[in-house]
Amino acid sequence: MNAKLLFTSASLAIAAGVSSAQAEDLTLCWAAWDPANALVELSKEYEAESGNKMSFEFVPWTEFASRMLNELNSGGKLCDLMIGDSQWIGGAAENGQYVKLNDFFDANGISMDAFIPATVTGYSEWPKGTPNYWSLPAFGDVVGWTYRKDWFARPEIQEAFKAEYGRDLAVPATYAELMDIAKFFQGRDIDGKTVYGASIYTERGSEGITMGAMNTLYGFGFKYDNPDKPYDMEGFVNSDGAIAGLEYYKALYDCCTPPGSSNSYMGEGVDAFKSGQVALQMNFAFTWPGFDTDATVGGDVTGYFANPAGPDGDKFAQLGGQGISVVAASDKQEAALTYIKWFAQPEVQAKWWKLGGFSALRAVVEDPGFVASAPYAQTFLDSMAIVKDFWAEPAYATLLQASQERFHDYVVAGNGTAKEALDGLVADWTETFEEEGKY
Amino acid sequence: MTDPIAQRVAAATPPRLAHRIRGLSDRTIAWLFVAPTIFLLLAVNIFPLIWTIRLSMTNFRTNRPNNEVEFIWFENYQKILTDEDTWTSLQATAHFLIWTILLQVLIGFTLAYLINKKFRGNDLWTTLIVLPMMLSPAVVGNFWTFLYQPQIGLFNYFVQFLTGTDPASFSMIGEVALAPWAIVIVDTWMWTPFVMLICLAGLRSIPSSIYEAAECDRASKWRQFWTITIPMALPFLMLAVLFRGIENFKMFDLVVQLTGGGPGSTTLLTSIDLKREAFEKWRTGYASAYAVILFVTVFGLASIYVKALNKVKDR
Repeated sequence: MNAKLLFTSASLAIAAGVSSAQAEDLTLCWAAWDPANALVELSKEYEAESGNKMSFEFVPWTEFASRMLNELNSGGKLCDLMIGDSQWIGGAAENGQYVKLNDFFDANGISMDAFIPATVTGYSEWPKGTPNYWSLPAFGDVVGWTYRKDWFARPEIQEAFKAEYGRDLAVPATYAELMDIAKFFQGRDIDGKTVYGASIYTERGSEGITMGAMNTLYGFGFKYDNPDKPYDMEGFVNSDGAIAGLEYYKALYDCCTPPGSSNSYMGEGVDAFKSGQVALQMNFAFTWPGFDTDATVGGDVTGYFANPAGPDGDKFAQLGGQGISVVAASDKQEAALTYIKWFAQPEVQAKWWKLGGFSALRAVVEDPGFVASAPYAQTFLDSMAIVKDFWAEPAYATLLQASQERFHDYVVAGNGTAKEALDGLVADWTETFEEEGKY
Repeated sequence: MTDPIAQRVAAATPPRLAHRIRGLSDRTIAWLFVAPTIFLLLAVNIFPLIWTIRLSMTNFRTNRPNNEVEFIWFENYQKILTDEDTWTSLQATAHFLIWTILLQVLIGFTLAYLINKKFRGNDLWTTLIVLPMMLSPAVVGNFWTFLYQPQIGLFNYFVQFLTGTDPASFSMIGEVALAPWAIVIVDTWMWTPFVMLICLAGLRSIPSSIYEAAECDRASKWRQFWTITIPMALPFLMLAVLFRGIENFKMFDLVVQLTGGGPGSTTLLTSIDLKREAFEKWRTGYASAYAVILFVTVFGLASIYVKALNKVKDR
């Protein structure tokens, strides 16, 4: 009897061993955009090395947060790996939706010091500024600008600009200069076609106008809260500088965007720039490789620059990008961790950059050949050095919806004043933090 | 005596079951047949409704599974009903509802009246007119955003053709004054054929003998229209209003595609607002209360309307 029991146990143990060594089918969830296609390509190497099969679930940006947060909140098992937005980190950490990675990083010699500090803070840490890691920086992204280098170089345009503004037409160093350039190009005839000043973010439904307006707000003096008293926002969110920043953004929207720009985000910006409608375009860095290789605006036609300085010389840029996390509800956490271990390798990260993924690994971006590797590489580094991110609190979605409504209502719909919009935003955010028990 | 159906059922079943079925009343057998449907109805309609009502009295948030859920009675209802944004959203919904119904009934009935006349190509025209309602609202919303595009949109060029206005000088979905009308126009374009079909059914149900009798009495066409056509088609018209009213009260997809609720909150209909509360802010308890309020509003208005409809039918 004992022998029979022993045999049965041994058989089960062998079966279990075989099962754990078996290839897993892992699903990685991310947004549907160009870098995701690059990741599919990159992951083929992982499949060959590990024997695990990678499946992908990509959702368009406008539905990404809604769809994926629904998945996380419901404890769904669709995703084993999630490349989630930076603002989700607080909620995902506090609600146990991501696996904490500190022990895994220690056991596998993965150091967060090896990544760009801003991306570690933005994508991996919760609470911010503490060594508690919930993801590996996967895709460094930041808002910056593209401009029509070929138009800027034309003698007749240079001449006209100098005659009007008394200086050479060049990459703007300040927001005031950027406004001049946008005004100069607005409605101008170039090659028999009417062009416009700038394409900026105005999208209402998800996060667009917030991701856009925050750039000028930061540059003009906006702060999320009192550095000495967290969540105290009066006089910081609605400071005189912040009000001027929002007024600037509205002025830019009113004077210098193409007709019909009331709901523009990343895709609309790309379309406006590629179709030769605008001289300047605000967009996340992930779009830049696409411009560089484009038949119309590729090569020397397009130039790149980081956010210009505000009136007091402050330069800041809205952080984008994401970290890669293991979903706590997944039954395949061990296999998912092998993907992260593979992805963190310097040679994989170097290839990731070459394929169009913005690596956050310092070994890649600090490599002497990095700046020369792409025309936008230096701008990417400059921009990553000045990043700020939106709230990453568990209540981020409520905070974001409030700013979407307030900003769109003022900038696009033209209701009220910038001060009223920001005073209202302080009231909305204060109410949310009260509900969160922060006071 | 049991009825023949019960006898046949009993005969076709194994002895023990047959014995039991023979002992069942007609009422019990009837219940046995409807029970699965009732169970399904309870599971997918009634239980979620009761659960929603329960949730609406809590502070539950789906994205905070670890938080303690507190029973807060009617606090959510009070917040919603005293929130200025709710009323702004209801106003936007009312504007959309009233104008779409008005336009769809007027145009739909007119089209039905014309299509009801016998003319060459009648079937072809009917088919062409009903095409918009066969499209997906998401597709319609998407292509109308292109039609409304100030630089390339046909709509703006059509307006230029009629009025001489520069097409790039206005944005139907980007301006506060125009956006509410932009969504009304698209919904009217899409759903007028539906109203037309219902009206057509109503017009074709009117016996021609009534018109013949009116002709004998020398009633004018105008008088025939107001004393025969309208009263006899009225129940159908009212039915169309009911269907479109309920549908448009919960309008979501078309408007999200067109304006995303903007500019600002100009076209933020209640269903879009509700979706944002429930699935973007994850205020589940609050959103449940919002849903209950909307449900009671629609249900209440529809009940009153159906009573009125029955009175008209009984006349």
